[in-house]
This record gives sequence, structure tokens and C-alpha cells, in this order.
Amino acid sequence: MNVPNERFILKVEGLTVSFDGFKAVDDLSFYVEPNECRVIIGPNGAGKTTVLDLICGRTRATSGSVTFKDKELLTMREDQIVHAGVGRKFQTPSVYEDLTVFENLELSYPKGHGVFGALAFRRDDKVRDRIQEIAETIFLEDLLEEKAAFLSHGQKQWLEIGMLLIQDPELLMLDEPVAGMSVAERKKTAELLKRIIEDRSVIVIEHDMGFVADIATRVTVLHQGKTLSEGSMERVQSDPKVIEVYLGH
Amino acid sequence: MKSTFLSRSELIGFAILALIIFIALPMALDSFRLNLFGKYLTYAFVAVGLVLCWGAGGILSLGQGVFFGLGGYCMAMFLKLEASTPENTSIQSTPGIPDFMDWNQLTELPIWWQPFHSLAFSLFAVVAVPVFFAFIIGVAMFKRRVGGVYFAIITQAFAAILTILIIGQQGYTGGVNGITDLRTLLGWDIRTDEAKEVLYFVNGALLFVVLFIAQFVRKSKLGRLLIAMRDQEDRVRFSGYDVAGFKIFIFCLGAAFAGIGGAMFTLQVGFMSPTLVGIVPSIEMVIFCAVGGRLSILGAVYGALLVNWAKTSFSESFPELWLLGLGGLFIAVVMLFPNGLAGIWSQHIEPRLKALFAPRGAPKSASQSTPAE
Repeated sequence: MNVPNERFILKVEGLTVSFDGFKAVDDLSFYVEPNECRVIIGPNGAGKTTVLDLICGRTRATSGSVTFKDKELLTMREDQIVHAGVGRKFQTPSVYEDLTVFENLELSYPKGHGVFGALAFRRDDKVRDRIQEIAETIFLEDLLEEKAAFLSHGQKQWLEIGMLLIQDPELLMLDEPVAGMSVAERKKTAELLKRIIEDRSVIVIEHDMGFVADIATRVTVLHQGKTLSEGSMERVQSDPKVIEVYLGH
Repeated sequence: MKSTFLSRSELIGFAILALIIFIALPMALDSFRLNLFGKYLTYAFVAVGLVLCWGAGGILSLGQGVFFGLGGYCMAMFLKLEASTPENTSIQSTPGIPDFMDWNQLTELPIWWQPFHSLAFSLFAVVAVPVFFAFIIGVAMFKRRVGGVYFAIITQAFAAILTILIIGQQGYTGGVNGITDLRTLLGWDIRTDEAKEVLYFVNGALLFVVLFIAQFVRKSKLGRLLIAMRDQEDRVRFSGYDVAGFKIFIFCLGAAFAGIGGAMFTLQVGFMSPTLVGIVPSIEMVIFCAVGGRLSILGAVYGALLVNWAKTSFSESFPELWLLGLGGLFIAVVMLFPNGLAGIWSQHIEPRLKALFAPRGAPKSASQSTPAE
């Protein structure tokens, strides 16, 4: 397949990972355009989270290629992938419970990432302003001095989204960002996500179809590690194969 | 602001410790007991390093005795060479080399002993040798993401290996007896009461240097990163940090502290032997840290002082019961006071003191430092 480089920010081609012979992701290819919001849906065990793990380097691929802005990600270390501009949010909220909201955001600020850089790092006004700005975006501006352990589940999810935003990644990957939230939190999160996906490419894994229809530019349906269907929400929803394995019940 | 180097209560804590070490103990104790406390304080160097590695970073090393021993041996090698002048050793078949080498039929000083004729080199080696070994171990373990209990077991194996190596290479290391009969430092007799007193104060001053370095690291972004790594290592990694590099750094820093402690031990006690290197002393060092409070650098100092003092007092009267007592103490601390003495202080005593001294206006309890473990 010969696809011109400049059109796509992320190219996933022939991606395969096999765990003891079981192919969790099997010869998967898809392409993400700049400023696109791609939603990945599919039944449990379809390999959705594994795809994100492969792109961000958490799991090593068996074969295939993942290029982000012409850089091959599969051979890079996790932190190098982050510095290339790929951010990842985990399914369960991963925040530093013993630190305050401010400190959580500060550690994600893209400065002082080496050992000696971290020793010399100082909180200047630029850092403070940026943290304040992000905290307002994620509705936590009044809780900056609170320990993350005392936040509600939804607030932890927002905090982790904020920790990604402060890095300003060009590609943001979110794993079930509204799972486990109350209806009110869900609405607020949808609003937040719509705002932050405006000027970057996003890959989202989500089960909530209303939410997916709301944000998706395009939808990829995964089934047993392979693409079952791909296209706009309407197209995917009317695809008989998708209805059979996923949406039907 | 929160990011200042020392908060008010921390400043008071440092001041109280300084009063105890530099004024109360020297006034209350005779020179024999003061020297004993000086020896206890050398373990505090290791315990402070463990607070950074284990308490903050979650890296439990059961082999800190290795670094304590390496630092101590580097110092002992210098002192031994100074004590082994041709005049002092004229009855040996090869005068001018350390006595244990002569007993083991060595006829010349091994090449790797030669640089230890220089005090400057030896002092450099006291820090550099432990750091070098910590770096090798750190790279080998952390780059491969070995952590937790596996790391602890491997460090313990290193403690065993070094002990066996020292005992086995008797001609080069003094074997099981260690390096003994150390006399002077650049002509200054370290065995006199006055010298021991001076060394006690040097030791105390060095301990404060180490405490300030530890405080600086804890208050820096690196200190917060260590806590973050302990709680959510993956999140740190996917925030763009090379986690292994930070672990190697803090492990090396702990090793450097331990090496300084070991060197001060040699100077004050007058010998270095493999019994201070192996598995048991390494575990004891972790107990000092746990009893004092593994999250508090000052707590670690008190832990080292108290446990060692108890050890000396109890083992004088009930030598066979001491180890059981130590084990019991460790279990009690872990079960009842997971944050050790420092935890008891910050959770029970400090709030009450604050309530006492601030009668009006409820003081905000700033002491909820319970880690979610």
C-alpha cells in the first residue's frame, strides 16, 4: 500500500502481536489524519487496549510498523515516544495519590525530564500559570492543593486528562475516558473532550455509543484483533457485520 | 510557600537533632559512650539513604551493607597502609606491607592497593567505589525493570557474595578478621579519647551535610517523581520519563551516603570487617530505617540511634535474647506503626503540641502524611 506520508499523522500497518501463539492484534492497518478523532469500538477482547499499548510502547509488537510523523515508534522507548508527541491515558485512572493535584500536573509539565533537570527544576511563574490554566480546563482549579487520593473517580479521570494536556501531545490516546462516571460527570467530560480534541489528533476507545456518535470523525470496529469495519458512525452502524458481532445485542 | 527548602516544623526538627548530637550527647556521655553513639550515627548515613531509596522511591535494598562496607574498607586500606611502615613491620618477612598480607605469604603490595597510599584518592574512593558498584547493579537491574521483592533478594545476594569474597581472599582483604590495628591518620593518632571526640563531631557534621542533601533531593521535583514512581510507575514512564535513570540515581546516592558512613565507622571504631558487610547487618540497617520511619530522614537518624542503643544495652544483659527482641521490634513497627517513630510523632504528638501552643483558631492539620500503601 502506498500512502503519501504527509496526509497522515499516524500510520499503523500490518501490526501484529502474538502472546504465546494467540494473536491479540492480527495484521491490523489503519491511518489517522491530523485533527481527526478516531474512535475504536469492539466487543471485549477485540484487542482495543492492546492496540494503544502497542502504539505507546507498553507492549512490544511481533511484527508490523507504526509510524508517527515519519518516525518508527516500534523501536523507541516509552519516554521517547512521549517526547515524539504521543500521550496516553490509561483505562483506570492513573494519578499519583500521595501528591497534590498541583504536583500531579507539575510532574507532567514538559520540562526537567532528565535526572539533573529534575534536580534543578524550579516552579517559575510560567509553570504556575500553565498549571492554573490546565486546572481550570479540567474543573479542578479549586482543588490544586488537595491530595489526589481524596478526589472522586471522575475527578481523577479529569486530572489524568489534564496531565496529558499539559504535555500538549499531537496525538492523544484515551482508553474509556467516561467509564465509571456519573451522568453529570459524563456530560462534563464529553464537553471537556470536545474542547481538547479540537486542535490535535485523538484515538479514543469507548463503549458509550451516544458519546461516540458525538465526538467521532471516523470509527474503527475491531473484532478478534482485526478491522471489522471502518468509516463514519452512520456507515459503521448500518454495517451488517458490525450489527452481528457487536451492536446487535 | 510550599516549595521552600525547610518548612518551619522541619527547621525545628533539624534544630532539635543538632542540639542532641552536638550538645546534649557530648555533655551527657563519657568518651567511651560518646564513641559508641558516634558508631551508631554512622549507621544513620545508611538509614537516610534508605529513606530516599525505599521510603520515597519504593526500592527496597537489603544490601546496603555492601556500600557501607566498601566505603569502610577504602578508608581502612589507607589507614592500614599508613600503619604498616617498614619500621612498624620490621619483624615481618616482607616489611612495609600490611601484616595480614605477610601472614598469607604475599611478598609485595597488590597493584590495586597502591593508590590507597594517597589520602585524597582514598577519600574519593570512599564515595566513588560504592557509587560505581551501585551504578553497575542499578543499570543491570533497573534497565531490565527488575523491581520489588526480586530486587531486594538480588541485593541480598550481593551482600552474601561480597562477604564470601572478602573472607576467601584473606591475603588481599584480611579475611574474616577484617583490617585491624589501624593507628593514625596522617600522623594523627585516632585511638586517643580526644581524637575520638573530634571524629564524633566530624561525623555529626558530615551527617548534617548528608541530611541537607537528602532534604534538597526530597524537596526537588526529583523527590516528588520518586513518590510518583512508587505509586504509578507506568504513568511516570508515559509522562516522558526514563524511570530507570531516576532509580539508578537514587540508588547511587544511597550508596554514596552508606560509603561515607562506612568510612566514619572505620575511623571511629578502628577496624573494618566482613561482619559489617553481610546479610544480617544489611537487614539491620533496613530495620533502623523502618523503626525511625521510612518516610522521614530525621526519623531514620533516631531509628539508628535508638535501635543500636537498645542493642548495646540489651545484648550486654541478655545476649541470646537480643535477636529475638530485634525481630519482635521490627514486626511490631510494621504492624502497628508502619511509619515508625516519625509517624507516631507527626500523627499523635505534633498535632497535640500544636493544639497546646495554638489555643485559638483551629490549626490546619498539616500532618496527614499517611501514604496510601
